[in-house]
Amino acid sequence: MRIETCYFCSSRIYPGHGIQFVRNDCKIFRFCRSKCHAAFKKKKNPRKTKWTKAYRKTAGKDLAIDPSFEFEKRRNTPVKYRRELWAKTIEAMKKVEEIRQRRSNNHIMQRLRKGREVEWQRDVREVQRDISLIKSPAAGLKQRQLEEETEMDIEPETIEVVDAKGRKQVIEAPVMVPATGEMVEDGGDIEL
Amino acid sequence: MSLYNFKKIAVVPTAKDFIDIILSKTQRKTPTVVHKHYKISRIRAFYMRKVKFTQQNFHDRLSRIIQEFPKLDDVHPFYADLMNVLYDKDHYKLGLGQLNTARHLIDTVAKDYVRLLKYGDSLYRCKQLKRAALGRMATIMKRQAANLTYLEQVRQHLARLPSIDPYTRTIIICGFPNVGKSSFINKITRADVEVQPYAFTTKSLYVGHTDYKYLRWQVIDTPGILDHPLEERNVIEMQAVTALAHLRAAVLYFVDLSEQCGHSIQEQISLFESIKPLFSNKPLIVVLNKMDVLTPEDLPPNKKEIVDQLLENCAKGNLVNADPNSDLSVVPVMRMSTITEEGVQEVKIEACERLLGHRVTEKMRTKKVDGILNRLHVSVPAPRDIKARPAVIPASVLAKKQQQADKARKRKLERDIEVEEGDDYVLDLQKNYSEIPEEERHDPIPEFWEGHNIADYIDPDIFEKLAELEREEELRVEGGMYAVPKIELDDTMKEIRELARQIRNKKAILKDESRLVKQSTKPVMPRTSRARARDRSTGKLREEMEKLGVDMSDTKDAHFTRSRSRSASAPAAKRARADSRGRSVSKPARDTDLMQRKAKKLAHVAIAKKTKRMGLKGEADRFIGTKMPKHLFAGKRGVGKTDRR
Repeated sequence: MRIETCYFCSSRIYPGHGIQFVRNDCKIFRFCRSKCHAAFKKKKNPRKTKWTKAYRKTAGKDLAIDPSFEFEKRRNTPVKYRRELWAKTIEAMKKVEEIRQRRSNNHIMQRLRKGREVEWQRDVREVQRDISLIKSPAAGLKQRQLEEETEMDIEPETIEVVDAKGRKQVIEAPVMVPATGEMVEDGGDIEL
Repeated sequence: MSLYNFKKIAVVPTAKDFIDIILSKTQRKTPTVVHKHYKISRIRAFYMRKVKFTQQNFHDRLSRIIQEFPKLDDVHPFYADLMNVLYDKDHYKLGLGQLNTARHLIDTVAKDYVRLLKYGDSLYRCKQLKRAALGRMATIMKRQAANLTYLEQVRQHLARLPSIDPYTRTIIICGFPNVGKSSFINKITRADVEVQPYAFTTKSLYVGHTDYKYLRWQVIDTPGILDHPLEERNVIEMQAVTALAHLRAAVLYFVDLSEQCGHSIQEQISLFESIKPLFSNKPLIVVLNKMDVLTPEDLPPNKKEIVDQLLENCAKGNLVNADPNSDLSVVPVMRMSTITEEGVQEVKIEACERLLGHRVTEKMRTKKVDGILNRLHVSVPAPRDIKARPAVIPASVLAKKQQQADKARKRKLERDIEVEEGDDYVLDLQKNYSEIPEEERHDPIPEFWEGHNIADYIDPDIFEKLAELEREEELRVEGGMYAVPKIELDDTMKEIRELARQIRNKKAILKDESRLVKQSTKPVMPRTSRARARDRSTGKLREEMEKLGVDMSDTKDAHFTRSRSRSASAPAAKRARADSRGRSVSKPARDTDLMQRKAKKLAHVAIAKKTKRMGLKGEADRFIGTKMPKHLFAGKRGVGKTDRR
């Protein structure tokens, strides 16, 4: 008896479960449940169906290529029974499984970490572009004008600003400044 | 048997069908296109071919009919006579003869017209000649109409005749109507002849087959015969007579002593006497039927006397006119009852036996028999004495055989173990796994471990590979591949994230709002629906700007507060018409041209709006006013083009 894998979702099929279809060219398709069987009958491609193992592997979501996968394999060579070999093999299996698990988990975690970085970048871009939605460029204009009048003699400060597209601009301070990330960092006069 | 099978005669069509078949065949199988500008020889050949083809078809078809119908002179006299009785020999011969004549006539017609066609000088003439030829052939066939229908009827009747083999072993049953002939044949064969309690239920010959001594016997049931001269007999009776006259068979003459058939014993015996010549040289049996009703012993004396006389006559009279030495000269009288089935088998066996004997003696007379007699000879030597003489087996061989028998199998069989242990026995094949060490043979082999097939991991190299994998893994761990990097956000980044969250919220709200007030592309809602509220106000503007962090103090007289009231319209820049001086009522005529153009434009716009809104057909859409204008399609076409009239 064997634990088979589902043709569609690659899950395990324990003896006595699932259904199998034998095509007229003798190829056997095993399905773990009616969901997979129905999907097969609808000619769905397991590589393009999001919830299958095959999809996750092709899309790079799961670890697909690794030497730790090379251990569990159907080898069509008969091996004579030896108690010692069997016992050692089971021990080996445990080790292999541990390593395999660790590697695939690591693969997923690395992927997710990258996602976090992307998220931050997106946040920065959002603030650079659309800060005017929550804070008018004219905010605090009057105070600044007042201050300016008092310190007329002071030379207008120039600020170097990097705008959303990464171009550098030299701007006089009191003028309306496009709210940028640096701006936020430098200014610190944002009312939250 | 196959000699006299009339079922395969082809159907004879009626005269009309006949002509149709042949002419349509001519039309289908000969070329149909000919033009007057063709060379005359070609035209002639074209029509000649048609005439000849038609003639050939007529000829073939008629020949086939003539050939397929049996010729009375060729068939067995029994069939010849039967056909004479049924269809009238003269009529039949005449019919076939006339078909033969028709065939000749058609041939001559064709010959004549082909000759004439040779002199046809135009397509028209040739065509007329062909028409005439085919017409004359058709007329000839039409005259054969009655003939053809008669032959068709004959064919249908012939096909339904029972297939009687005149040469095989045959038993003929005859007698007065209603004496139980059909009941008897139903009893001894699988034929299903209708039996009814009135005279002439059986109107034609019926054939059944029975087995006796592993031979096939043909039993013929004949219609009843009445006692009157041959000339007065009708068709039904004549069939019986024909069968009696021509078939060399055992004859069973049925007599009904109970007179239930409606004829007295006297009449039945006189019929027997009168058809006696038909029995000559055939095995004959007189069968007294209906013994369940009345036996000869119960008869009144005057009738009994007649019967007794018949019996005596049968025993000695040599009724069948045979060689006095043969056993045929004595006619057995048997008793039988088809209802109780008493004596039925005996009658059958007696008839078969007598016929068989008769046929054998007949055959013995001919010369053919020598060939058969000489064919086989089995010689059996006469036993010398009663001493037994078995085959000799040498002593050494016997000893060897004994040795082999003694050499019992050494190995203990599974069967032996089973017998030893009885009910406790469990089949154990694992103990025979001789290549595995003894103590491991009965190990339960694990199959699964945590959803994995252990068998999939069994591999001699697995340990080496595992070692390598572990080495690599160690390297990875050392290299910090699995170390989780600490992610710390500085304050600015946190701020940025918070701002981004706010911006996103704001965007979502704006998006929802704009979705609500979005200008609809759908048709205008009806008046009953609520109008959109206009919610622009200085107050709101102020509020919003303050939310965005703009200082809105001192904006009392700002430009945006200056709104225009509806009621207070500005004074007109020009002088009002009402203020001007009065004018004469008569106005100059409007510029009609201009107005018209304007109205047209207005109408155009209005229509365009309507069509657009309601999805109607507009002027830009394809439009065909009349699909087939009559003036373009009516009337005769000339030789010219078809697209102009």
